[in-house]
Amino acid sequence: MSIFVDENTKVLVQGISPTSQGLYHGLRNRAYGTQVVAGTNPNRGGEVIEGIPVYATVAEAVEATGANASFISVPPKFAAAAIVEAAAAGVPFVVCITEGIPAIDEALAYNRLVRDFPGTRLLGPNCPGIISPGKCNIGITSGDIAMAGGPVGIVSRSGTLTYQALHELSQQGVGQTTCVGIGGDPVPGTSFIDCLAAFEADPDTRAIMMIGEIGGSAEEEAAEFIATSVTKPVVSYVAGVTAPPGRKMGHAGAIISGSKGTAQAKMDALAEAGVTVALNPTAAGEAMVDIVKNLA
Amino acid sequence: MDLFEYQGKQYFARFGIPISKGGVADTVDQALAQAEESGYPVVVKAQVKVGGRGKAGGVKLANDADEVRLHAGNILGLDIKGHVVKRLWVEHASDIAKEYYASFTLDRSAKQHLGMLSAEGGVEIEEVAVTNPDAIALIHIDPVDGLTLEAATDWVNRANLDEEARGQAAELLVKLYTCYTEGDCDLAEINPLILTPEGKVHALDAKVTLDDNAAYRHPEWEEFAGSDVEDERETRAKERGLNYIGLDGSVGIIANGAGLAMSTLDVVNQCGGSAANFLDIGGGANADVMAAALEVINSDPAVKSIFVNIFGGITRVDEVAKGVLEALERVEINSPIVLRLDGTNAVAGREILAAHLSDRLVAEPTMLEAARRAVALAGGQS
Repeated sequence: MSIFVDENTKVLVQGISPTSQGLYHGLRNRAYGTQVVAGTNPNRGGEVIEGIPVYATVAEAVEATGANASFISVPPKFAAAAIVEAAAAGVPFVVCITEGIPAIDEALAYNRLVRDFPGTRLLGPNCPGIISPGKCNIGITSGDIAMAGGPVGIVSRSGTLTYQALHELSQQGVGQTTCVGIGGDPVPGTSFIDCLAAFEADPDTRAIMMIGEIGGSAEEEAAEFIATSVTKPVVSYVAGVTAPPGRKMGHAGAIISGSKGTAQAKMDALAEAGVTVALNPTAAGEAMVDIVKNLA
Repeated sequence: MDLFEYQGKQYFARFGIPISKGGVADTVDQALAQAEESGYPVVVKAQVKVGGRGKAGGVKLANDADEVRLHAGNILGLDIKGHVVKRLWVEHASDIAKEYYASFTLDRSAKQHLGMLSAEGGVEIEEVAVTNPDAIALIHIDPVDGLTLEAATDWVNRANLDEEARGQAAELLVKLYTCYTEGDCDLAEINPLILTPEGKVHALDAKVTLDDNAAYRHPEWEEFAGSDVEDERETRAKERGLNYIGLDGSVGIIANGAGLAMSTLDVVNQCGGSAANFLDIGGGANADVMAAALEVINSDPAVKSIFVNIFGGITRVDEVAKGVLEALERVEINSPIVLRLDGTNAVAGREILAAHLSDRLVAEPTMLEAARRAVALAGGQS
């Protein structure tokens, strides 16, 4: 099994045009085997681009094709509205890879979904997307670095480190059930905890790799969740042990976070929760290979 | 982007938040003129983007022209934690009855905006947060609802501000929230927010961090460009639109994605080396960006080797490879380059580079091996 997406996922690409990023990546996703069933563009309803039927709105596309996932890679100034449009049209799973959305817009869109469209899960923004190897790939991950068959679920805050994690495991012959890039923005639609809970509930996922990075307290919160609610082995790497200290102004950040946020604080919290903490991506891959070997 | 105090105050003023009468001065003469304009006594304040300037002698009270001349002369050119004072803010000195603290920022955990308000403001606010957290009244604001005057009034009451300050403070906080949201701030902080003996509430300081992602809808932000930290490498990188932070080591780093760039620093460090910089060329970087990145790194005399660590997603490795070759044609690269290329179009990228590999342009199959090689070439241990 996989989480959030599978072979039945039907993807629509929002903001599609012959020159859009969405088309470029949508075609790569289709070539991987993903069902890319529709595109939307307010000015191109009725067109067919590379075999993909285009509708003016998400609602029309859903009505006509039964799309149950949306892929958004439109420029930052349009992205928040695109997310809300997809949710309002009833799309249950929305992947937004757009980087550079103003935080105010992102927080507003997130809370609008929570309040008005609780049936929609948003992944991202500013994330690489999700891949369930052999079944579905939505986003910008290169499909050939993933390996089908499980048993590892991956969740990562960093885009390129998501690829690195996939690569480390595939190179060693260890497959993945699903790899989720949640993105590094201030208000991610899907959190570490959402993914950890889904992997815990997925019978095919038997071990979890979690890639974090400095800043915020998402890793500390994940550690608390792992300690109480995750029975499967977890391997983690937190990027930024040697990162230069941030040049933060003002007191607000320090008042909120206290000592949280450094790589060391995150690694300590994870280790205390029983997680195997590795110092670099390669070591994390090796630790996971050992764990998988010993799975009964 | 962090604003100077004077910029923050001017930003506040646009949203109707009361500030002291004052203005900027780049010379002693301008400071004198501004003091006359604002009315004695005045406070002469160093404009630097770093905390602790008061303790460093960067904030002085002046009762007359002689004192302005003295303090302005001393503070201009002062080095405060590596920030050299080039500009002053001179404002009419306020009598202070009470000092409060107020701020808005995003609470990433709650995924809502967070307001913090305390009747115990001033320089020790972080200490207050640790020793007496109840003295800071929090309010979580759902962005869909915003901050109403009613909610602000309740918040001010909870924070236990002095009775006579509450009405004005509630109105000011609604304006500060508007500044924070419509003004696209990551942080809008007033410390201290003061109550004067005459019963007036106003902002005596301003800490504003703008959200760079929103710059496209704020053309007026262009006037805020510029920094008080002199790092030529960072200036050059910024001119080329690169996300670069200068460091002290000898291995130049180019990676795509902030996470991989940070991880590259970690791995170089674990291999016994140290990074000369953090440089994230971002997603979708093309040959031009790669060439610009190499040029910036190349201009740093401390760099002894360059580690290019790319895992293509949006970024296409064949484009990266072309960029490396372009840079090699455009400028003479002083240090050996170690490449680690994986991901989207990696095979094509490696093919492009294959004929050009030498002891000055080395390819390694993994991140760890490439880090070891780069550290060895920089003269560190491997």
